[in-house]
Amino acid sequence: MTEPLFLPVDSYLLASLPDVWFGAVMFALTMYIALDGFDFGIGMLYGTRSAEHERETLLAAFGPVWDANEVWLVAFGTMLLAAFPRVYSKLLADHYLLAIGFVLALVFRGVGPELREQRADDRWQRACDLAFVGGSTLAPLLFGVLAGSWVFAAGPLSLPALLTGVGFVALSVVTGAAFLAAKTDPELAASVSRYGIAATLAYLAGVLVLLGVVAATDAGGAAGTVLSVPGVTVVVLSVLAGGSGISFARRERYQAWLASAFALPVLLVSLVAMLLYPTIYPSTGLTVEAAVVSPLALNMTTVFGLPVLLLVLWYFKFLYGVFSGPVRGESYGT
Amino acid sequence: MTAPTQLLFGAAGDVGSLPLGFLPPELASRAQFGWTISVHILFAALSIGLAPFIIYFTWKAVRTGSEPYERLHSFWLKVFAVGFVMGTVTGIPMSFQFGTNFPGFSEVAGEMIGGPLAFEAKMAFFLEAVFLGVLLFGRERVGDLTYVASSVLVGFGAWLSGFWILVVNAWMQTPRGYEMVSRNGMEVAKLTDPVAAFFNPRMGWMYVHMVNAAVVSVALFVGGIAAYIVWKRRESTAWNTALKLAVVLLLVTAPLQAIHGDAYARHVEDTQPQKFAAMEGHYESGEADLHLIAIPTSPDSITDPRADNLFTVSIPGLASFLASGGDFGADVTGLDEYQENPPVALVFWSFRIMVGLGFLFIALALWGGWLTYRGRVAENERYLKSMMAATPLGFGALLTGWYVTEIGRQPWVIQDVLKTSEAASPTLGSAEATATLALFVVVYLGLILAALSVLKWLIAAELRTLDVVEQPPEDDPEPVPGVGGDD
Repeated sequence: MTEPLFLPVDSYLLASLPDVWFGAVMFALTMYIALDGFDFGIGMLYGTRSAEHERETLLAAFGPVWDANEVWLVAFGTMLLAAFPRVYSKLLADHYLLAIGFVLALVFRGVGPELREQRADDRWQRACDLAFVGGSTLAPLLFGVLAGSWVFAAGPLSLPALLTGVGFVALSVVTGAAFLAAKTDPELAASVSRYGIAATLAYLAGVLVLLGVVAATDAGGAAGTVLSVPGVTVVVLSVLAGGSGISFARRERYQAWLASAFALPVLLVSLVAMLLYPTIYPSTGLTVEAAVVSPLALNMTTVFGLPVLLLVLWYFKFLYGVFSGPVRGESYGT
Repeated sequence: MTAPTQLLFGAAGDVGSLPLGFLPPELASRAQFGWTISVHILFAALSIGLAPFIIYFTWKAVRTGSEPYERLHSFWLKVFAVGFVMGTVTGIPMSFQFGTNFPGFSEVAGEMIGGPLAFEAKMAFFLEAVFLGVLLFGRERVGDLTYVASSVLVGFGAWLSGFWILVVNAWMQTPRGYEMVSRNGMEVAKLTDPVAAFFNPRMGWMYVHMVNAAVVSVALFVGGIAAYIVWKRRESTAWNTALKLAVVLLLVTAPLQAIHGDAYARHVEDTQPQKFAAMEGHYESGEADLHLIAIPTSPDSITDPRADNLFTVSIPGLASFLASGGDFGADVTGLDEYQENPPVALVFWSFRIMVGLGFLFIALALWGGWLTYRGRVAENERYLKSMMAATPLGFGALLTGWYVTEIGRQPWVIQDVLKTSEAASPTLGSAEATATLALFVVVYLGLILAALSVLKWLIAAELRTLDVVEQPPEDDPEPVPGVGGDD
């Protein structure tokens, strides 16, 4: 039966379509962690700048792209809802305060820079700066804890969840510093790259400790995956990417550093994907197969939705193309 | 004793033995969602309604390069940018609350609403966010054509975004194209017909009514601000243009809203008789009058409006006539036939405020249209002041209209499929729910105040700049006596 819209009603377009969607959701998560991650990093590094012209430069790098980057969160959430509604509802309902805290942190991170430029008043600008830096620090921390609690089924106050939170904060500083170094003047680049190098070391140490804890306690039944060949490979590749990133940063090869820095979130989410497949919600043992929506619904979102993702990637290429090269001294806003 | 919350929210408002200040989780969740979406929709409507203005001003500014259009482009783009950021940050918590506060809704309806919501993110939200980046920061980095095209894509994104969101909401009013199946031990809606589900009976009505409402609201908003600036700086070419543009848009959209609003109400009677009965305070089934004006006669008739207990100016049988499409004696279902009703007072009075404001807007549109035709709109003190007073009223009508739609659907979150009480989180505690409600109230109030402050500063800066850049034209008519030099 192929009615209506000429889509099969009772069978998936591909037998592996649920797995394709698991991959698509993980892809959106990667984009979010990589792109909004560097926004968070810029926000945290902003807190280390006191000279007004440096702050303006950071805001000019952040301004044109952050909102589009944040939409990857919405893409991730809605794709999760569209393909695996039970995971969406369990994940958020089980982590009520974390989820609400995270979106409120995003509120402060988003409005801080926008409001700052509207008034040349010292106290106002300091309040907006506080919202920006505070929101940019809290958001990755809470998102990381949420993700850690999801993947390791150990509860939000567990060691694995907290380490995941700290890990995402460090990772954000790495990508943020690499992005800024590639986009700004040599002096500022050298200064932020020191933070980036320290954060890379912290991130790698954090990941190793986290996986050590997981391997020892078998949180969420993840020890097997972590110690498997693919699991160990991802960890080794992360160490290599981090190490080469540090080396590029030291030699002021900032474009190369940026590329190797973005390898880190890709590797991180591939590890997350290994841990969540096929048990997509470990704390209740829910699998991809049991959580996925019916064939017609998934076929429809596939045919009408996935091609649009390619278009979206083209927009991003265009956006980053327009704002490529060093940040000019444009002020924030129009 | 009946708690006041129970009067308004029925069983959900039963605070029982909770400590003072704590709310039942379901009530807190509903209040939180209602509050966050009330704030979010103001910014969403601002984006939708401002889109045509932004496109027009961008095109004129780029094409003519004239100073007045550059001013309008720059001013309204700043407003749009602040509104868009506010819309983004207030909107993301909404979709999260589907999971945090109403996991039953996400799970039962996920298959029906997930697709449209994902389309919204991928087709519309990205488009808007990416090209707004270009529009705000890229004037010197892209060609003129790309720049104008960016404004069109941003506007198109805003309208498309509204489309997919309303697909979801319309489905919650008139669900179609699904069947209930058991999955993981729950009865959930399974998609059987995407065309019937997306283009459900409510969809067309709702989209036209909402987009038009957004344009009316923003025409009043732009018109009110333009009226203020014209009132202060009568000679400003830019702001006279903005005022006339707003009046013309209002003249087109305000009457249209009433015309299809009337047909929409008939459609509601057809598809959601309980909501229609609440809108009219109609309790006993039978012939129903249409109450043009309802005046409460006692405090009781405010909190518990019943058509019979109010002083009303009514047309006998007209509600029957409208609902049935021509029969003055037709039966209209009354609220007494239902076991559980929506909070009638909120629905009844919201509906009256919305309709009343709608007629006020038509009057303002006609008056302004006539003055513009006579070329005297900038000189009429009384009209300028009326427009200033009406600046926020479009948003008021929009909000009350949505209260009719959403509160009027209670006790259902999906009409006749899922009750709000079944959708609410069973694991959410009273303390957590009340605490986050309080947080959202404080933070979102702060956002509204911040947005209003920014608007105030922008207007003040605009007035200062106008004194420097805009010289009055040589053939400027004499100001009307008694209204010039007011600052």
